[in-house]
Amino acid sequence: MQTRRIRWHIAVFLAPAVLVYTAVMIFPLFNTLRLALFTEVDQTRVYVGLQNFRTLFFDPIWSEQFWNALGNNFWFFLIHMLVQNPIGVALAAILSHPRLRFAALYRSAIFIPTILSFVIVGFTWKLILSPLWGIAPSMLDAVGLKSLFAPWLGKEEYALTTLALVSVWQFVGIPMMLIYAALLSIPEEILEAGEIDGITGASAFWKIKLPLILPSIGIISILTFVGNFNAFDLIYVSQGALAGPDFSTDILGTFMYRTFFGFQLQLGDPRMGSAIAGAMFAIILVGVCIYLFGIQTRIRRYQL
Amino acid sequence: MTRKVLSLAMLSTALVASGALAQDATLTIESWRNDDLTLWQDKIIPAFEAEHPGIKIVFSPSAPAEYNAVLNSKLDAGSAGDLITCRPFDASLALYEAGHLSDLSDLEAMSNFSDVAKSAWQTDDASASFCVPMASVIHGFIYNKDAFNELGLDVPTTEAEFFAALDKIQEDGSYIPMAMGTNDQWEAATMGYNNIGPNYWKGEEGRLALIKGEQKLTDPQWVAPYATLAKWAPYLGAGYEAQTYPDSQNLFTLGRAAIYPAGSWEIAGFNTQADFEMGAFKPPVQNAGDTCYISDHTDIGIGLNAASENAEAARTFLTWVASPEFASIYGNAVPGFFPLSSTPVELEDPLAKEIVGWRDECESTIRSTYQILSRGTPNLENETWGASVAAIKGTEAPEALGQQLQDGLASWYAPHQ
Repeated sequence: MQTRRIRWHIAVFLAPAVLVYTAVMIFPLFNTLRLALFTEVDQTRVYVGLQNFRTLFFDPIWSEQFWNALGNNFWFFLIHMLVQNPIGVALAAILSHPRLRFAALYRSAIFIPTILSFVIVGFTWKLILSPLWGIAPSMLDAVGLKSLFAPWLGKEEYALTTLALVSVWQFVGIPMMLIYAALLSIPEEILEAGEIDGITGASAFWKIKLPLILPSIGIISILTFVGNFNAFDLIYVSQGALAGPDFSTDILGTFMYRTFFGFQLQLGDPRMGSAIAGAMFAIILVGVCIYLFGIQTRIRRYQL
Repeated sequence: MTRKVLSLAMLSTALVASGALAQDATLTIESWRNDDLTLWQDKIIPAFEAEHPGIKIVFSPSAPAEYNAVLNSKLDAGSAGDLITCRPFDASLALYEAGHLSDLSDLEAMSNFSDVAKSAWQTDDASASFCVPMASVIHGFIYNKDAFNELGLDVPTTEAEFFAALDKIQEDGSYIPMAMGTNDQWEAATMGYNNIGPNYWKGEEGRLALIKGEQKLTDPQWVAPYATLAKWAPYLGAGYEAQTYPDSQNLFTLGRAAIYPAGSWEIAGFNTQADFEMGAFKPPVQNAGDTCYISDHTDIGIGLNAASENAEAARTFLTWVASPEFASIYGNAVPGFFPLSSTPVELEDPLAKEIVGWRDECESTIRSTYQILSRGTPNLENETWGASVAAIKGTEAPEALGQQLQDGLASWYAPHQ
């Protein structure tokens, strides 16, 4: 009888990654969740259970800000889903057209903003849209549409949508690239078989290609969801921690930052900040679970 | 026996050595004013060291945005410098309460400062002072003298004259009447509400009454400034909603705007940027002859690290900081940061001189939201930013704003409940 050898090498090879990941991700995550269960009274930390969450959801001062930020976050996500992803799919479909010239050039040009820093993107767009020095007013003037210009970033009703569109401009390259790769992996024979059956052009896209790239679109949606609900940088860079005007661009990330680190005369409150971070974590977790168990398992996959 | 003698000898050498150390103390200053590094190295430190040969000073600033966090961790680790540059109010009060700053009430030189000057670095009951006041900033309006001459305008002293002047600039059309935006929000509160407000709530009288709970933010003197701010909007130029703080500075220094609601800290920057002559006028009063009030906001002080090993030398330095000599060096080197000592200081910069002269004509106060009132949630200072912006944009009525702020304050501040 042969005794089963313990395969130590698996543990050894896993150890570095597991240790590093635990130290920089898992431990801080759980420690943050733990911190949310405390409060500070007279400079000593006191355990209060779920009191911070109760304050966050039910104290009118906090809950108003929380729901406002959450609502803004959903709007931010909605714009991405309605604008960024359809445009990404359309661009990929156009790029994968065999007779398109300079496809590589377009592909790079559209993808480049993705690798730019948020600081550059936020600042550049702020300058472009500036009513004083920006080129947006003069460009609109040149085509006789000056009356359409408004100081968008300074108006409560437009600011969030404007920033969402700036973010779309920056990240549209990612869905484009993923869908493009998926489209390229569709074998030529399937399309030819379809052609024989009389399915060409646009109907080939809707009836053959789209069902085949649906799993990729699902992945993109969930990436967009996670990215948007963790968003912070662009808003912070262009509108500051107060996410003005009048909190109209405040999303969970900026709300958490302001609470955790404090702002101007407001001293930081790491415990309430952790509670907000915990709520963000829960929202993202629920969203990802809905996707994984509710949608992904039902998407039909085709063997290519 | 020999051993005892030896140890005694060693002990005495040690004592002598430490005595020598006390003579040759090196003091390190923690600060966020990295802009002032050369000023300290070239002017302030040599002046002090010439008088006190035994004491060496090292000025070691960190970045303004990181200062509070860096300082806190250094203090907790016991590696902070001997002298701590103090932010006003609660940030420093928290350090004092945590035992990081020494009580300086017994420092004789503290009598060189008025109560308002000291208020930023005292416990709430004013029983202990823990930082020596260094400088304040004064609010008012800076204007383009060339533009005023060109349009034949006089410097306004009353509110009616102020708006008449704005109308005239607007009518002429070659200048934007006033350079201010609401994008960054704080200007609306700092250079708007707290600039013109003291004339309404009568400076310290109103501010202290508000802290005691005798006045409310819904009282007319606290609401009226919002009504006045609401009248500013048409004069702020197109797209002011998205205009940032640097935008406003540039508009003014490029000569495209006539009036700039200012804090005196702008002086140094404007002097290098603008190529026209500038003047300043204080916040206009409602009726000619009214007492004027100015926001003379205590902004920077310096305190003693309670864990410092060179406390005696540090106190010598702090006494010197409280002296007129330091005030004169500092006030002239950083025009716009005005020394707080009661002895008047002769300033050379004409604009700074004009502004500091208001101290003789008007009553000084500090920003209404800074002491005590911004301790809770919601934070009154942040709320005031939003309210001032809403007032200018006209998205909400002044009375509604006052009510909103009052409700927020009353939700956590006992004297208002």
